[in-house]
Amino acid sequence: MHVQVRFFASLREKAGFAERRLEVPAGTTVAEVWAQALPGEPLPDNVLAARNMEYVALDSPVQEGDEVAFFPPVTGGER
Amino acid sequence: MSVEVLESGFDPWAKLAGYHGGGEGREKSGATAVFVGTMRDFNEGDEVHGMLLEHYPGMTERHLEKISVEARGRWELDDSLIVHRVGELQPGDPIVLVAVWSAHRKAAFEACRWLMEELKSRAPFWKKEQLSDGSRWVEHNTEG
Repeated sequence: MHVQVRFFASLREKAGFAERRLEVPAGTTVAEVWAQALPGEPLPDNVLAARNMEYVALDSPVQEGDEVAFFPPVTGGER
Repeated sequence: MSVEVLESGFDPWAKLAGYHGGGEGREKSGATAVFVGTMRDFNEGDEVHGMLLEHYPGMTERHLEKISVEARGRWELDDSLIVHRVGELQPGDPIVLVAVWSAHRKAAFEACRWLMEELKSRAPFWKKEQLSDGSRWVEHNTEG
């Protein structure tokens, strides 16, 4: 199956690309999408992930046609 | 209820005055709470000359709509408005406008504050600051 993987902000700069279509096996998790998109690049501790524009846990499975996004902590500013 | 993400500069007071004709039809709303956030020229001890504000088109708007709906579930609100900038900003530029209308001030103040805190902690926006000697992504919020 296929998913669209997207990176934002500092992670986009680290990845060197903003988005890419990936072929992944059935049962693939969000964290495994990262590993396949960026082989050898460890998943940062503070990374946030979204599946189809909703926050999602890294161990949740993805489905055909999903948009999977990775981004650093959001930064609205100080209180 | 309205949510707007803008690529170019805006005047929050003009936005507010123009929203639903300003005061028209708001006879039930005894309270209007308004928060305007503008870009500072300092952060973490450094002078900041400019900022690039990035968002996740689609998810950001969806998140702002979600918290607007949630606020109406938590407080008795008549209406709410969120306007947020993205793109290149200079110190002093308005970044965000949150306005809340309610019958009474308690709900208006609380919901306005809550919307701002939710927006800051969960809405997908990222800041890249331009400093004198380069640029940096801001990757944490501090208490304050």
